[in-house]
Amino acid sequence: MLRDVLFAPFSEFEFMRRALAAVIALSLGSGPIGVFLMLRRMSLVGDAMAHAILPGAAIGFLLSGLNLFAMTTGGLVAGFAVALLSGLVSRSTGLKEDASLATFYLASLALGVTIVSVKGTNIDLLHVLFGNILAMDDPTLLMVATNATITLVVLAVIYRPLVVESVDPLFLRTVSRAGAPAHLIFLGLIVVNLVNGFQALGTLLAVGLMILPAGIARFWSRDVTPMICIAVGSAIVSGYIGLVLSFQTRIPSGPAIILVASLIYLGSVLFGRVGGVLPQLFPGRHLEA
Amino acid sequence: MAQLQFRDVTLGYDRHPAVHHLSGEVAEGALLAVIGPNGAGKSTLFRGIVGLLKPLAGSIAAAGVKPREIAYLPQIADIDRSFPISVFDFVSTGLWRSTGMFGGIGAAARAKIAQAIAAVGLTGFEGRGIGTLSGGQMQRMLFARVLLQDARVIVLDEPFNAMDSKTSADLLRLIEHWHGERRTVLAALHDMEMVRAHFPQTLLLAREAVAWGATADVLTTDNLAQARRMCEAFDDAAAPCVPAPASRAA
Repeated sequence: MLRDVLFAPFSEFEFMRRALAAVIALSLGSGPIGVFLMLRRMSLVGDAMAHAILPGAAIGFLLSGLNLFAMTTGGLVAGFAVALLSGLVSRSTGLKEDASLATFYLASLALGVTIVSVKGTNIDLLHVLFGNILAMDDPTLLMVATNATITLVVLAVIYRPLVVESVDPLFLRTVSRAGAPAHLIFLGLIVVNLVNGFQALGTLLAVGLMILPAGIARFWSRDVTPMICIAVGSAIVSGYIGLVLSFQTRIPSGPAIILVASLIYLGSVLFGRVGGVLPQLFPGRHLEA
Repeated sequence: MAQLQFRDVTLGYDRHPAVHHLSGEVAEGALLAVIGPNGAGKSTLFRGIVGLLKPLAGSIAAAGVKPREIAYLPQIADIDRSFPISVFDFVSTGLWRSTGMFGGIGAAARAKIAQAIAAVGLTGFEGRGIGTLSGGQMQRMLFARVLLQDARVIVLDEPFNAMDSKTSADLLRLIEHWHGERRTVLAALHDMEMVRAHFPQTLLLAREAVAWGATADVLTTDNLAQARRMCEAFDDAAAPCVPAPASRAA
């Protein structure tokens, strides 16, 4: 019985297996990116960026219809453009990154919605906004996996300056020039992973697989490395349970995945070992030293 | 031999000078206290030395070291104390010059890190998150990182602010140890007794150099009074500074 619920969907239906593979690949890339977004206090930057990639995807859609490759390329171009422009503006003028990004992403979002609504139908708009993880064809799946691989390799390369810049940016500036490039590359990785999630979860929820797992991880560890592992793990678990839930109840798959992640997050807020609500309310007797 | 040479250097913000026409040199192995009222330009001078601030005019030359090879302890450290990193890992970033972005940290490096942590009296704190440290422990940790940077020139911006006497004394011993190794050490300080007792050379700064030389000669009542008279606020309507030829010669 339990086996039917938990495993049968995947053994019987290919599209479910593809969806699971996609969500695992997504989790591997988005987990660590989300942790760094959170630690650099950029969680909302991820959200803004998700909107910023819309016009690029819309232009891709305008040129070649509902072709995921074209939409992804467009999204990447738009995302990189917004990320680089806002990064350069904030680094060269002293305007804070969030303010700089907010201006760029609003313009970008308005442009994107305009393009989609001028050309497409409401169904198209829905697809762009919410994605469809149950419709992963081979090229799309391959692209999701490639993007996740690129993310992990590049992150490994910029890991050290990224960590040092997060904790002590002034120090990094006095010993190395790697800070600014690492930051810009990191912004690029955010875009890559958003476009990745975009296929599966749509523009609105793509950022969910970054932010929620990172939030969960924060409540269970005090060190970056375990945090990243926990984030990836909880993203995969959310993806799996979300897919099963969506299969059994007909809740759309994207929202189901994010809802499951939200529930795990809620549990972590309540019971998390590091700063959770209940451990704070009932900390136990104080120690001797 | 001059380790640092200031050639009529002016440093500042938005064209307003915070350090004005400073000339002089710091000998290799010198232990120099930089003193002066708040807003005198001490931090600005240090930012210029380590290359964080480009001079508005003139230049700073460092013999045999690049700006990135100068160890710098800022007054207001821009450290995110909520970042989940351990004391050990944090201190290990002091090895950046030898490890760079990709170099591994092997057994020898680990031993060096442990030694640096022990030298500042933080043994036992290696695994603690930096967010759990007190202000004084934090400063000890930053000194451990400077120690690990193994720099020929060390610039410390008010390193003893809000430190208790035990911590100050411990860290002062470290500075004297560096002096003994013929490293060039510059420290911005406010404690005149400490300057008199431990720093052979002093630069009294009040936007311009009021006095510079042996500490006993610099710390005179006249000099200190003159430094206090300096005006802190920038004059928004100030005209561009065109130095008279005579003052350039000095």
